[in-house]
Order: sequence, then structure tokens, then C-alpha cells
Amino acid sequence: MGMTMTQKILAHRAGLGSVEPGELIMTELDLVLGNDITTPVAIEEFEKIGIDRVFDTQKIAIVPDHFTPNKDIKSAEQCRLIREFARGMYIENYFEVGEMGIEHALIPEKGLVVAGDVVIGADSHTCTYGALGAFATGVGSTDMAAGMATGKAWFKVPGAIKFVLKGKKQKWVSGKDIILHIIGMIGVDGALYKSMEYTGEGVSELSMDERFTIANMAIEAGAKNGIFEVDDKTISYMKQHSTKGYEIFKADDDAYYSEIYEIDLGEIRPTVAFPHLPENTRTIDEVGEIFIDQVVIGSCTNGRLEDLRVAASILKGNKVKKGVRTIIFPATQKIYLDALREGLIEIFIEAGAVVSTPTCGPCLGGHMGILAKGERAISTTNRNFVGRMGHKDSEVYLASPAVAAASAITGKISSPEEVL
Amino acid sequence: MIKGKAHKYGDNVDTDVIIPARYLTTTDWDELASYCMADLDRGFVDKVEAGDIMVAGKNFGCGSSREHAPIAIKASGISCVIAKSFARIFYRNSINIGLPIIECGEVVEDIDDGDIVSVDFEEGIITNHTKGRTYKGVGFPPFMQDIMNSDGLIGYIKGTLK
Repeated sequence: MGMTMTQKILAHRAGLGSVEPGELIMTELDLVLGNDITTPVAIEEFEKIGIDRVFDTQKIAIVPDHFTPNKDIKSAEQCRLIREFARGMYIENYFEVGEMGIEHALIPEKGLVVAGDVVIGADSHTCTYGALGAFATGVGSTDMAAGMATGKAWFKVPGAIKFVLKGKKQKWVSGKDIILHIIGMIGVDGALYKSMEYTGEGVSELSMDERFTIANMAIEAGAKNGIFEVDDKTISYMKQHSTKGYEIFKADDDAYYSEIYEIDLGEIRPTVAFPHLPENTRTIDEVGEIFIDQVVIGSCTNGRLEDLRVAASILKGNKVKKGVRTIIFPATQKIYLDALREGLIEIFIEAGAVVSTPTCGPCLGGHMGILAKGERAISTTNRNFVGRMGHKDSEVYLASPAVAAASAITGKISSPEEVL
Repeated sequence: MIKGKAHKYGDNVDTDVIIPARYLTTTDWDELASYCMADLDRGFVDKVEAGDIMVAGKNFGCGSSREHAPIAIKASGISCVIAKSFARIFYRNSINIGLPIIECGEVVEDIDDGDIVSVDFEEGIITNHTKGRTYKGVGFPPFMQDIMNSDGLIGYIKGTLK
């Protein structure tokens, strides 16, 4: 039987001719990633192993991005711990505040992942790098520790669901709407333990930024990974950002998929996920009147330059609704600088939004935009679980940067078509 | 063989409600345990007793990769989690830290909050003593058994590095 893209990459890095779904394998790792929340636990586990060096000082990346710039003394202590560990182990890809960004925007930007790589990260959104045709998946801290020690990880070879994309998107529809639409269709465990593989002529319609957004939220459907077929856009992105050699894996014609969905991009409308699960989706036309207290634009899902450009195109010359806190956080220093040079930051500030340094803070209710009891936010982030952004009786609605920016102007969840 | 009182929850219990991000500024197991289930069941830490069993619906542990979630559950005294299905990172993390977990939909349907349940891992037998019913669960594949028998992945790695 043929293999999927994911199965081919795993077989290759496990040194096997072929693999089958359900098989337990051990593969070589091209990158092991951690952040300021998961790395401290990983260091404790690493120290229990009793070795004094990591498997490869170039193939580990540590990014303090969640509670940074340090939000309190306890998070400062955690960052000190990982900083000292990175120094002591000569880890080259440690990114301090000032050079850091939100890990899943930063790692591709720095060229640390390319097609054909196997990546584990102690952060669930590590699946983002599937946009580049790599196998990338989230793991926990103990897996990170074992990966840093041995350069290997165990996997159960996943089955897969194929999404064949076709057609052209409507205006104001983006990668975020596509992935919310898909999660609404298959549910938060619709791809449990499986790969979500994207193929079809519609892939070429999508920018790299949009592919990162779609692969990023594979975990929100329970998937092990999301992965895109490599095309000219992928190759040009990799050449621009990385000097690493890449390898392209295509699914066999007779690869087995448990489900195959044909998705006509032209039929997708701007989509919003209601509390408290990403699967509770409605099109913008079905939303009704939902007033909001806060707007968040950014995160590993939607903090890239294109996201900021779309938000700016809507906010330009407008003011955010009085009383609506609008927080915009570019995902990396480079994106921040590019946005500054393009004049986007000026547009945001003149519209009455605040612009934050890169941080995961507001997305997970860490800092920089916590919700009080009963408050409601529309956010371009990835989760709307109970208490995700603050008080357990607050609410998060997930949407695209376009819908979030339009909502900031009206003070209620709105389509860009309403304000332009 | 373990035996304890069941604490039952629904579908899609996510790691944010098991251990909210605001408590992730520590790696101390006891401190994490003191916040276990904080945003879903505030009374949990007061009523849980060592050896108790957590029971839940589908997709338990979805969301974040935070290992703090299975750690908080294990350190709170829970000896085993039985669910209809588990989110995959939570499943991995539980194996890796040595928290026993079992997928068994039929058992979950029959257990009510407070029922006394026992689990025999060697035989794969789950017994609901309150209802007087027994079930046969599916055991771990040998590779995962090796990890569990080594007290988690780190013990297993130590063994292979020798």
C-alpha cells in the first residue's frame, strides 16, 4: 500500500523502506523546540537522565515567548533557568527578548525548518511547520528532554485525512476562515491521532502565511500534524529564509486516507468560532449581534505580516469603538519592523489600538490583555476554551484578522463588508 | 491493582481547565496539584483522595501540550484516568510521566460520579463495585509497557543509554 506525505517523511527519518498506520517507530529529529513554560519541566527531566550534553547544539531551539517580557518574579525565575541551561549546553538557537518572537512565527522565519524535516516541540502549535512540507508535532516536556538527550523520538505512525482544495476564495476570506470552517465540519477530535494533508489546485491560492495559519490549528481538530504539499511558493519561502537542504515528499497515488474532503474555497464565508470550542463555528452571516469588550489581533496563528496588513487596510482612517480595547501584537521583531516601515503601526495607533511586543501573553490568559468576569473578546488566536483568556466566566470568539479589525470599529462582531 | 472513587467529567476536558495558564509559573508537583481542575471543578482538590480515579468522555486533555496537566492530576492523588478517548499529546505525556490511562467508552457510560471503581492493569480488568459490573479493557502495546515499567520515558532512556 502507498504512503501519505507524513508516512513517507517518518519512514525516511526512521531509516525504513515503508511504514504503516499504527506502527511504533523511532525517528531521528531535525529540531527539538521548547518555550519558557515547557522547557523548565524538560530541564528537570533532562537532568534525571544524568548526561551533561545535548545531542546537537544546533538542532535545539528555545524561545522564551509565553510569559515574556517576564510578567512576574516566578516567570522571571523560569526564564533565568532556561537561559542558564541554554548557555551551559551551548544551545545556539536560544532567542532572548529583543531577538525572540512567538516561536511558531520565528522558527520558519529563521530558516530552522524545511521540507522533509521531523520536528518535535514542547508546544502544541508546533504543527505550524507542516506548511513547509515538514512533519512537525507538539509533544510534552519529557519528550523534549528525551529528544534533547538522544535526538530521537518515538511515534505511532498516523493515518490521515485528505483535504483537496479547489476554487478561489471570496474577498475577506483567509486561511483562518478555511481552518475554522474545516474544524467546524470535522469537530475538535475529527482528526484525532491523524494527519491532515492538504493538496489540490486550491493550495496555490494560499500564501505561505495562510498555510502557516491552517497548519497551526491542526491540533484544534485533534490532529497529530497538518501538512501541505510543497509547491513553488514553499520553495521560494525556504530559499529566502534558509540555507538548509530540503527534501520534498509527495503522497503516493494509492496512499490510504480514512476520509477525503473536497473543499471549494469559493463557498467559504468569513467564519467565527463561538465559545467554548473551536468547532462551534458560524459564518459571519449567522453571527447575530455580539457586543465585545476586547479585540486581539496576533499570535502564532495570525500575527504575521499579511495578517497585520489586512487589519490595517480595514482600520486605516477609522477609529476603534470607544471602550473597546484593541490589542495588536506582531509575532516577531522582524514582522514588527516590517509593519513599522510599511506604516501599519502608525495606522493602528491612530485608530486607537495598542501595539505590543511579540508575546503569547494574551492568547493563553498569561498577561497583556486578561479578561474580567463576564467580558467578551474577539480574537485571532486559536483557542476559546473556558477561561482561556482570563476569568472562567469570560468569553473568546475566534476569527480572522479582517473580522477582528472590523469588529474593533463597530464594537460588535462584524464583517469587513459592513465597515468598508 | 488500584481502587478508588470516581470523579466524572464530560467531553473535551481541555488542559486549560485542568491547569489554567496563570498557574504555569512553577514546576512544583504539589503546587500544580493544588490548582488541579481549577476552572472546571473548583471543589476537586478538597474532595479527591489518594487512589481515586478520574473518568471522562471523549477527547480528554485536548489543547495545550503542557505536561503540567497530567502532572497536576497525578500529584493530586488520581491513580488512573479512564476516558472514551484522549487527545494525543495528553496521551503521550501521561505515558511519559507514568500516569496510567485507559480508553474504554463502555465503562465511561456506566460509571456515575462517586462510584467505587477498581482497575487491574495486568489483566486489563475494570470493575465498577457500586454497580457490580466488570469490563475488559485494552492493554498497552509492549513498547509502552516498557516505558511504564521504567517509571516513564526518562527511566526508559536511562536504560537504553547504559
